[in-house]
Amino acid sequence: MSTEATTTPTTTTTTHGRIGDSALRPDGTLKVTGEFAYASDLWHDEMVWGVTLRSPHPHARIRRIDITDALTVPGVTAVLTADDVPGENAFGLEHADQPVLASEFVRYEGEPVALVAADHPETARRAAKRIQVDYEVLPAVTDARRAMDPDAPAVHRPGNLVRHLKLRRGEQSPAAPVVVSLDFEVGMQDQAFLGPESGLAVPAEDGGVDLYVATQWLHVDQRQICLALGMPPEKVRLVLAGVGGAFGGREDLSVHVHACLLALRTGKPVKMSYGREESFYGHVHRHPAYLTYEFGAERDGRLVYGRTSVVLDGGAYASSTAAVVGNAGTLGLGPYRFPSVSVDVYGVFTNNPPCGAMRGFGCVQAAFAHEALMDELADAVGIDRVAIRQLNGMREGDLNITGQVIDSAAPVGELLQIVADLPLPPPSDPSDIRALPGAVGNTTHGEGVVRGVGYAVTYKNVGFSEGFDDYATARVRLEMTGGEAVATVHTASAEVGQGLITVEQQICRTELGVERVVVHPKDTSVGSGGSTSASRQTYMTGGAVKAACEAVRTAVLDRAAGVLGRPAGELRLDGEKIAGASGEVLTGLAEVLGDDAVEETVEWRHRPTHAIDPETGQGDAHVQFAFSAHRAVVDVDVELGLVKVVALDTAQDVGKAINPDAVVGQIHGGSAQGMGLALMEEIVVTDGHVRNPSFTDYLIPTILDMPPMQVKVLEYADPHAPYGVRGVGEPPTISSGPAVAAAVRAATGRALRRVPIRPEHITGT
Amino acid sequence: MDFLQPTSWSEALDLRAERPDALPIAGGTDVMVELNFDRRRPGALLDLGRVPELSEWEADDGVVRLGAGVPYARVIDQLGAQLPGLAMAARTVGSPQIRMRGTVGGNLGSASPAGDAHPPLLAAGAVVEVASAARGSRDIPAADFYTGVKRNALEPDELIAAVRVPAATGPQQFSKIGTRNAMVIAVSAFACALHPDRRAVGTGIGSAAPTPRRAADAEAFLAGELQSAGLWESRAELPETLARAFGERVAAAASPIDDVRGSAAYRRHSLSVMARRAVTWAWSDLREAA
Ligand SMILES: Cc1cc2nc3c(=O)[nH]c(=O)nc-3n(C[C@H](O)[C@H](O)[C@H](O)COP(=O)(O)OP(=O)(O)OC[C@H]3O[C@@H](n4cnc5c(N)ncnc54)[C@H](O)[C@@H]3O)c2cc1C
Repeated sequence: MSTEATTTPTTTTTTHGRIGDSALRPDGTLKVTGEFAYASDLWHDEMVWGVTLRSPHPHARIRRIDITDALTVPGVTAVLTADDVPGENAFGLEHADQPVLASEFVRYEGEPVALVAADHPETARRAAKRIQVDYEVLPAVTDARRAMDPDAPAVHRPGNLVRHLKLRRGEQSPAAPVVVSLDFEVGMQDQAFLGPESGLAVPAEDGGVDLYVATQWLHVDQRQICLALGMPPEKVRLVLAGVGGAFGGREDLSVHVHACLLALRTGKPVKMSYGREESFYGHVHRHPAYLTYEFGAERDGRLVYGRTSVVLDGGAYASSTAAVVGNAGTLGLGPYRFPSVSVDVYGVFTNNPPCGAMRGFGCVQAAFAHEALMDELADAVGIDRVAIRQLNGMREGDLNITGQVIDSAAPVGELLQIVADLPLPPPSDPSDIRALPGAVGNTTHGEGVVRGVGYAVTYKNVGFSEGFDDYATARVRLEMTGGEAVATVHTASAEVGQGLITVEQQICRTELGVERVVVHPKDTSVGSGGSTSASRQTYMTGGAVKAACEAVRTAVLDRAAGVLGRPAGELRLDGEKIAGASGEVLTGLAEVLGDDAVEETVEWRHRPTHAIDPETGQGDAHVQFAFSAHRAVVDVDVELGLVKVVALDTAQDVGKAINPDAVVGQIHGGSAQGMGLALMEEIVVTDGHVRNPSFTDYLIPTILDMPPMQVKVLEYADPHAPYGVRGVGEPPTISSGPAVAAAVRAATGRALRRVPIRPEHITGT
Repeated sequence: MDFLQPTSWSEALDLRAERPDALPIAGGTDVMVELNFDRRRPGALLDLGRVPELSEWEADDGVVRLGAGVPYARVIDQLGAQLPGLAMAARTVGSPQIRMRGTVGGNLGSASPAGDAHPPLLAAGAVVEVASAARGSRDIPAADFYTGVKRNALEPDELIAAVRVPAATGPQQFSKIGTRNAMVIAVSAFACALHPDRRAVGTGIGSAAPTPRRAADAEAFLAGELQSAGLWESRAELPETLARAFGERVAAAASPIDDVRGSAAYRRHSLSVMARRAVTWAWSDLREAA
């Protein structure tokens, strides 16, 4: 195999920044200057290109596939169908229910049916068009609310229910003097990561394969690939390639098995890289949701009960629907105290695009409903919208709706107070149209513009829940290189742009006192780091790196104890020195280590969580909760239905800001993504067909849509978490959208029970 | 695919005639998208980027002759005073990168109903100057240029040389609705131009019919009402009822559809609001100028 490849990820070395410093990200400058090597830049001199043929139908039976024509195209090296999958033709995060290549049925538009490898991507695409698939089109179920009807077509046997979460707590026929209710609908959001799915599979001499791929969890990919290839893990090695954003959309497999199949068949390295349109078909999306909510309260606004019924459209395959249902149920009433609760959340199969993980994971949909209803309640009892939330907001020591004790800070009231007290923006200057709704579209010079303010607050679980064995592995090595102490940290935890590499280095520096820290490429030659999702990596991989550093330190001091003839307990490792109890330098690290390296690998777990009771939904389901609040200020052109978000201010408790700049970056990005769902981001699906699979019509916020933010970060350490950290990435995505929607409701006086809010919802035309 | 690079206008026209399978490319901001999606595979690309005649504009006798290859960024920088409507529209096109590359000639070539240059060209009464090697040049009024969804009046051997736009003699406005505040294709768009010299009103509607089109009835109505109320002379305030009636007539001129970007009803509604507001701004500009 040629070594002329740009597949080998380089190690990353930096020398500055401990915990609490805003250490610079090594990838930052590269990304801004366009030099960062993303997975789509992977290259091998001998590679061929793989493409995917996808189903045009939401539901059909495959009668026959004829690949003869495609094989005759010059330059084509392989055409594969379901028959060519050597292992089990199935994958899936929680259930292996999704074929690698469709064999008998296709269940959604865009489902992979065949693969082509050719010497040029264009050749491969053309050949793919010459594959003849004889489909018998079947009736499709595309309305999630109808999926469980007895006469609905079954997407899978035995039926279309993925999970029903049932939660009952307290009085089940509660009476309350004030009752408010609503129906809410949330459209299908896309992760819209900027680097589309890409990977390069290189066949190896041992008959196995090396896969370089952009992903969120190398080991869960590896497990699924092994199943499909019928190979043991030693033969399927994964290396993380440059990831251009993830947001949950890379938790499920995309090019992975396909590229490996083609590589093993052709004996050549195979690159696969989706374009933007294919990317919309190539990953799961956020579940569309239909939510019915009812709250009962005392006349003073104190909540008496919450009752909800929610249907989540899981699309054609299970993906992580069951876990999303778990969140939408156990966290679905928001960070409030409810004496009694009745919750039913249904995740269903349809012939729509599969839905799964996306930042905020089930809490995003629920928050739109519970926050809209809290505003209703405030109005109904005649108190302020901030005050109603503070009155009912969770506090440390409270029980949540699954009966779990909130056993660290729960500053709901304080977060709301902070955002309520932040200065409000001045009225917009009508002489600068960029500041007005419609901006350079020049649709108003102030006519029709009404300002509105909205509030929202949320809490989100951090890490994997409901009894999942959630762990991360870290390997840390300490040695003297060129007269200098160097730590090398090796984890398989994916850096997807959130800054984990920097966090790993900061922890090593803090724990070992070294300056130079090398981050080994992320790959499967070390144990699993768990998923880069659920806001968990700083907590989990951070915890593992911390523990590995402690093990290294102990090992070094044990050695020093031997050399010095003193008990290890009296020694301290202080950078390149070994010091005694009162700080006196006793010897150097160089003397203790010589040419040796000390290396320790640690598998680290958070405290266990538990499954919830199937009848009552009660149980300690979650390991940690993270809280945030937003205040949105919008100007709405009420006659044209156009919105300008003028301010989007937030407060969030992060436990401990390991890297304060990165924390604020997460909050900015998450807030923008939540605002996008409130105002514009939707994959429009009609009868199972995606109508806007491009950035021409799937709109994400631009700089003229996103206001500057005031961000206030609280650091109430969680005593159970390493350094007290609390996950940061998701809460902003959850509370920003409902705050924006509330502000638009305030400006327009319209109910607006669906997001994204479109201009015609505001104008009523 | 051949890549043809003429360096003069006559060479470009010869190549256009010789190679019916060639696709002209100016800024490429539409063409490259089509190629990338494999929606087109022309036998050749006819690159007009090296034809110096196309990248010039000149003003003569109250008319601006805008070469087909002048990008939006230059329209914004250099023609804001003479062609304010077109410059305002140009400002709303895509992103800075697209405005550096994209051209008015390309917008005419694509003839999308959502093309932002079309409404102001219609409102100003522009003429498209096209040419072929065999028959020389001919003029097509903008109002006759758009013949169907993404179709125009060009013959297969013709290229667009320029668009001739009367320099503004009165205020012009352009408004465009998009569901975000920048970088967005029009859900609906409207342009108007007041021509006090000839006591006329020009309009252009975008994204609300199979082709960009004028609202001829609204134009005649408003010009007539201004005339009969003596407003062209008095420059008194524009009555709100008149602005509103004008807006309704503009909306009535549209034949919009429901699509993923917006509903037909919203398109109509937004046109009536945009037209009312735009004509009110234009009229108050006219009064201020007096
Ligand atoms: C990200 C993005 C955003 C966009 N946003 C907008 C927007 O907001 N508003 C908008 O209106 N458009 C938008 N567009 C579309 C495009 O930028 C415009 O239509 C632009 O005016 C095309 O000009 P061009 O020079 O790039 O044309 P090209 O792509 O080079 O050509 C377009 C068409 O015109 C033909 N053509 C070009 N020159 C001539 C000529 N001299 N004679 C005959 N035929 C010719 C070509 O053959 C082709 O059919 C956007 C495009 C992109 C990629």
